[in-house]
Amino acid sequence: MELYRQPYRVLRALLAKGEVSATEVVRAHLERVVELEDRLHAFVRVLPARSIQQAEQLDRQRGAQRALPPLFGAPVVLKDNLCWEGVATTCCSKILDGYLPPYSATVVRRLLEAGAIPLGKTNMDEFAMGSSTENSALKITRNPWDPDRVPGGSSGGSAAAVAAGMAPLGLGSDTGGSVRQPAALCGVLGLKPTYGRVSRYGLVAFASSLDQIGPIARDVEDVAALLGVIAGHDPCDATSAAAEVPDYVALSQRGAKGLRVGVAPECFSEGVDPEVARGLRRALAALRQAGALEVEIHLPHTSYAIATYYLICTAEASSNLARYDGVRYGYRAPGPNDLGTMMARTRSAGFGREVKRRIMLGTYALSAGYYDAYYKKAQQVRSLIRRDFQNAFESCDLVLMPTTPTPAFKVGEKSEDPLQMYLSDIFTVTANLAGLPALSVPVGFSGAGLPIGAQLVGPAFAEGVLLQAARVLEQELAVEPKVAALEE
Amino acid sequence: MAITREQVEHIARLARLELEPAELDRAARELGSILEYIEQLQALDTRDIEPTAHVLDLVMVSRPDQVRPSLPAEQVLEAAPESGEGHFRVPRILG
Repeated sequence: MELYRQPYRVLRALLAKGEVSATEVVRAHLERVVELEDRLHAFVRVLPARSIQQAEQLDRQRGAQRALPPLFGAPVVLKDNLCWEGVATTCCSKILDGYLPPYSATVVRRLLEAGAIPLGKTNMDEFAMGSSTENSALKITRNPWDPDRVPGGSSGGSAAAVAAGMAPLGLGSDTGGSVRQPAALCGVLGLKPTYGRVSRYGLVAFASSLDQIGPIARDVEDVAALLGVIAGHDPCDATSAAAEVPDYVALSQRGAKGLRVGVAPECFSEGVDPEVARGLRRALAALRQAGALEVEIHLPHTSYAIATYYLICTAEASSNLARYDGVRYGYRAPGPNDLGTMMARTRSAGFGREVKRRIMLGTYALSAGYYDAYYKKAQQVRSLIRRDFQNAFESCDLVLMPTTPTPAFKVGEKSEDPLQMYLSDIFTVTANLAGLPALSVPVGFSGAGLPIGAQLVGPAFAEGVLLQAARVLEQELAVEPKVAALEE
Repeated sequence: MAITREQVEHIARLARLELEPAELDRAARELGSILEYIEQLQALDTRDIEPTAHVLDLVMVSRPDQVRPSLPAEQVLEAAPESGEGHFRVPRILG
């Protein structure tokens, strides 16, 4: 049996019975990394010695009678905007080149305590700004299903690594779709939790009212297990919710009987690829087959979501990225004799084009004379978008919509026109604006063999309902293959 | 929604960014087209709508004012491009 093809829940059963060791599991995945990485470029840092050492320690310390910690021996990949003490965290930006965090993110600490084994840091769009991973200052990650195409972004490295079998589990971050969109393009599951469900402590901030860390996996139970480990209140994150963490695995097994699935006609507009629409209809049919009910709902402000998002996230980013000034960490421009010039030169040399573009847009939106017309206006439209969902959830338990308008596009196809790239987020940004949980689920492949995902959006803290519906889709649709082959 | 070169220069200054002349022109074009797209928000009537700054019901989250362990200064200074005598060292404010 090829260990790298198995979801973690299968590996866990083997580990529990002693049929395989954590060291063997890690080695099997590291071999897969070695085999594919020079074609995929999913990682910015692989730590083979450290992960084997950690696995060996876990194997040694494991008592025969003790129940295994929840993610014992699970290889996991971490997006490079998650701080891991002593391991370079760069957000794939030159401005953080060589930065070694003096602390670990809460999610990283929780993973380690649960027995998971991080294999390394994965590639991303610089500072999480992008939808293709092409904005990385370091490298371009390829879509494992078609190397001429993008894996999506900004968590493209994590999604590609999981889709290629390099690890069963990955963590990404999602501000406007950056976990869900690459998950859809790479044929894996990707969840953005409710805002506040998962601590942001140690996640390098992009837009503080929108960011959430999210699990990526090939199996619904794996997503549930990973979410269960990282979720929960954190005193280090003042925006983390006190809401109890339920047993997501148990919740995912409830079936679809009586589940009311909301579908909005606004989501089938022109611009949605016919194969994506077909995938969505397939998902709806599968849910109905399993006893769910289809309900027509309306999300009338959907078309304003991109404009709203790109004002709010850029405004917040302009503030969050002000800290990169060459003073306390990262790159400092050599030469300038005065502080102001040093800062300007550092930032100009250290930030990539997309990052600078967004900082400028955000600065403009917040500047005197423009604040009311732009930032405040966007905050008000944000309230309207939230209200759309509140209204929808009066008559349904979750909403089904596309994750992306199209399957994976070609490398270079959208990188010349920023607005074109932004428009690919049309279906994902609303969940961030409203702070709601949303999950992308694989529903099939296009005629060209590209993955198609569908998106489930739920009320706040209803991750269990999303997982419940996703589990039904997983069983009914039985989408195969789950692991990309990367033919020569 | 046209944005002028001068406006871009002003924004760049506010954001502590230095742009080459060619970059300034390109930025003016790109920001202009994005802002034009964003104009559509003006069509919405939001007169009585409260802005949403953030989505949770949290207000003034605080903890007791008690000293707790935090990052040691020496450890923090390790990441600095230049430091000395327990401080971050930077070029002088006036050149």
